[in-house]
Amino acid sequence: MAKTYKRPLSPHLQVYRLPLTGIISISHRLTGVLLSVGLIAVVYILYSLQTGGSTYQDMQWVANFWVTKCFYWGFIYALFFHLTHGIRHLIWDIGKSFDKDTLSRYAIIELVISLLLTLSALFFI
Amino acid sequence: MAEFTLPKNSALIQGKTFKAPQGTVNIRRFEVYRWDPETAENPRIDTYELDMDTCGPMVLDAILKIKNEIDSTLTFRRSCREGVCGSCAMMVNGKNTLACTKAIDEYSDTIKIFPLPHMQVVKDLVPDMTHFYAQYASIKPWIDTQTPAPADSERLQSKEDREVLDGLYECVLCACCSTSCPSYWWNSERYLGPAVLLQAYRWLVDSRDENTGVRLDDLEDPFKLYRCHTIMNCTDTCPKGLNPAKAIAETKKLLVQRKLG
Repeated sequence: MAKTYKRPLSPHLQVYRLPLTGIISISHRLTGVLLSVGLIAVVYILYSLQTGGSTYQDMQWVANFWVTKCFYWGFIYALFFHLTHGIRHLIWDIGKSFDKDTLSRYAIIELVISLLLTLSALFFI
Repeated sequence: MAEFTLPKNSALIQGKTFKAPQGTVNIRRFEVYRWDPETAENPRIDTYELDMDTCGPMVLDAILKIKNEIDSTLTFRRSCREGVCGSCAMMVNGKNTLACTKAIDEYSDTIKIFPLPHMQVVKDLVPDMTHFYAQYASIKPWIDTQTPAPADSERLQSKEDREVLDGLYECVLCACCSTSCPSYWWNSERYLGPAVLLQAYRWLVDSRDENTGVRLDDLEDPFKLYRCHTIMNCTDTCPKGLNPAKAIAETKKLLVQRKLG
């Protein structure tokens, strides 16, 4: 037999088209990580509340940048998205809602609910 | 640790193009992954223009046409051409399927054909299945009994007991689901993957099998079973319409139920 070369690895993430459930699954993990990192900001806000005075004013100054505002709306959306998909996981864990033809529909429902919950946060501001 | 990029020797390069003869009206382009183990070259994508007026309806027909009429070096597995052998599993336009049961008409435009994802390539569209089959053997896919067999008959099942196996026994072990699973991509050395777990469940719920406890013990492992994160690519891609994700969830439930007594 002729000499053969080291076998290549076939393409995976580069060419596979993740279905919506797959995209949501990785987003669930990403939002989980981002929410954990975002807690640093939450702690900073709590700290500024507790310290008061100039620390509080500094926090307000930072919080009023539009970039910061984008950040916290992103945080709220990530929170609700993570929550809705978390509930989906609980439903899966009891062995329900695995039907193939409902997978994408439920995924869209999750996205819509998390968006509505985010919008409902407007009423608290 | 998950490797999101391809190793150096696996990066794709531009391949050859085989034009359709002048005057062909109904042309379809097929881009096919090629790798020759006897050259030092990286894998490449070859493009074939096929005359659809003289081609069968399925993706496998197109690949056979390429091999018969254009490029006899194209290598792939196929056998039954009717979805019961599982040989021609490959990735077509970003999703794993059996080439023989997938109609060309289901796609518009160019059809891109790759081997099953994240596998060692033996040649062209042929992946190395050794590890996958070893994992299958590891779940002891045969009936395991402790009581002696009845003297004058087979071990019988009621209709209801037999129905439990519907949606499980149809699996042809094509590996479309396992190789669509990102968890299996990153952890295949320890995670059994959807196909093998579906089979494990098939033996767990077989009324004639008498080794359920040991089977559950073997599966109760952070990697073998619990690397399933319900990504659902398996169920999405199964060319036989089965539901490995559901079988895995049911297995997890069996483990919880056993714990609770």
